[in-house]
Amino acid sequence: MTRGLRGGSVLLLLPAILFVVLLFVYPFAYGLLLSFTTEHGGLTLKNYVAFFGDPWELRTIWVTLKLAVPATILNVGLAIPLAYYMRHGGRGEKVITFFLILPMTLGTVLVAEGMLNYMGAAGWLNQLLLALGVARQPVQFTHNSLGVLLSLIIQGLPFAFLMILGYVSGINPDLEKASQMLGASKWQTFLRIMFPLMAPGIAICFCLVFVMEFSVFPTAVLLGQPSGPTRVISLAAYQWAFEKFDFHISSAITMTMAVIELVVISVVLGGRNRLQRSASMVGGKG
Amino acid sequence: MREFKRIVIKDLTKEFGHKAALSGFSLEVARGEFVTFLGPSGCGKSTALNCIAGLLPITRGGIFIDDECIDDGSKKVPPEKREFGMVFQNYALFPHLTVFQNVAFGLHLRRVSRAEVQQRVVAALTLVHLEGYQDKYPTQMSGGEQQRVAIARCIVLEPRLLMLDEPLSNLDAKLRIEMRYEILALHTRLGVTTIYVTHDQQEALALSDRICVMRSGRIQQVGTPVQVYSDPANLFVADFMGFKNLWPGRIRSLRETDTTVEVGVEAGGTLLSAHCAYGRSDPRRAALVAAFSAGAAVRTAIRPEEVHVAAGGTGNAGRARVALVEYQGQTSHVTAQTATGATVELRPSAPVRIGEDIALSIEPEKVFVFPENGGQP
Repeated sequence: MTRGLRGGSVLLLLPAILFVVLLFVYPFAYGLLLSFTTEHGGLTLKNYVAFFGDPWELRTIWVTLKLAVPATILNVGLAIPLAYYMRHGGRGEKVITFFLILPMTLGTVLVAEGMLNYMGAAGWLNQLLLALGVARQPVQFTHNSLGVLLSLIIQGLPFAFLMILGYVSGINPDLEKASQMLGASKWQTFLRIMFPLMAPGIAICFCLVFVMEFSVFPTAVLLGQPSGPTRVISLAAYQWAFEKFDFHISSAITMTMAVIELVVISVVLGGRNRLQRSASMVGGKG
Repeated sequence: MREFKRIVIKDLTKEFGHKAALSGFSLEVARGEFVTFLGPSGCGKSTALNCIAGLLPITRGGIFIDDECIDDGSKKVPPEKREFGMVFQNYALFPHLTVFQNVAFGLHLRRVSRAEVQQRVVAALTLVHLEGYQDKYPTQMSGGEQQRVAIARCIVLEPRLLMLDEPLSNLDAKLRIEMRYEILALHTRLGVTTIYVTHDQQEALALSDRICVMRSGRIQQVGTPVQVYSDPANLFVADFMGFKNLWPGRIRSLRETDTTVEVGVEAGGTLLSAHCAYGRSDPRRAALVAAFSAGAAVRTAIRPEEVHVAAGGTGNAGRARVALVEYQGQTSHVTAQTATGATVELRPSAPVRIGEDIALSIEPEKVFVFPENGGQP
């Protein structure tokens, strides 16, 4: 591509550029502008001060991270062995995949309703635990952070699983055999060959799952305690926009969300690069 | 490397579901020998290799190194403990490691000291003519170079057995011949016991001490390249090794001596005489006698270069009309038709013209006759 784009090809790109500008760049830039202006159009930082200065608002960051980070780590952490185990297909693969994907197809609200019944104080799960003597009194699974976390896993795990499965099954299966033939045990093969090759995919998956979990909204309302312990940052943004009708503060909150997501993504991708470098140093020539 | 005299494969059977991919496979490979599994795709040659490597669980039978059983279906030495090396068709180099790290991989697992790793990797890379490639990544190399790395990665570990699974089939024609030469030179130099899998009879003939011809999961013939080339065990081997004139026919007369069976075969529109040098215990003799007494269908197998144009216009193998002449440098490959419609392939020493009527002659010693069913063992 040394010649650059000529007039004709720019014209061909126009619909795509227009699409991106109208649907992404413009709303984002508009939100950014809103967050730094007052109702009368003057530049200000007061929207951010309103958010960061109020402990009640500020703690939504912490509340959301406390849900999103464990949920992401659990989802990706569970998806890696699951996907690795099923990399060659094998027995029961279709059944397992079906049950993993089912929650994704049902939608958040249906799953949340199901969980409210099933895991509620009088639900089957608690009856079972009581009958088995595991619990003395009903365990509270819903209307708290645990409920939100569980639903984030039910919803997020299939996504992480499918994504990582795509990466693992894309690795040439002969590499594994070659590693074994060279004397590596199954564990050494995973550690030295398969994991480093999966790592870029895992990092991307981690980022996408994190962004998904960080913007959690419906389950935090349905399964959590939106008035306090699970008042997540997206809920704060929603309330400012549609309950208090202050789009400026709401925009400031969403911009804060974007920055946090970007920070986490750059940390993960930076870590991936370092990991890759050190993986390729395994057994360096000294 | 632990010392050994031979690798023995006894009655190896591999079934996928109820379908046998390999049945009754028995073979002894002596130390230092170069054995080739030769056959068309789906014949079970790669299955056999993977079973020997331990990458596929075997259904029945056993694999032994001298008297030590390494696999009998239940008890099994895992692949990483067999000290066998394998070169894969697609090379299977680790893309995230450099050439040096690829070759050093097995040495690191064996906890070899740094200095020794350095010295052995460099030696192995020199052996395959890849000095100075240490820091390249596999993706920066050509197919032939990657193949050399794959070989170096195995031989650096001094394996008891080196296995190559169609190693040349992804290379272009010129490179294939170069690498074939390299593999032969390497084997001659190092004397590594080798099992080589291919569907290319030229490769098999050029490289092997012994060839094991396979079809549908069964061994058809095991022998030196000369034996397999010039004395095929059955119709399938003959066909695979380039015997072209496979005319259907019937045995009209049969006479046995101690060392030969002389038959008259009505085939290709004429009565051919065939003198087959089959001893008393040769199964091919029994098959011919059985086919004669049953009046069963047989096929001839005659190499094109053994079909001659008779001087003086009369031969012992009837007449044919030249249909195609394919110029191939030293000789021409000629296709002719007999009056009965049989196709004759020959390589005449003197030029012939299309449409020419030629008389054919074939030495009876050069005619093989096999039962139509292929005389499967």
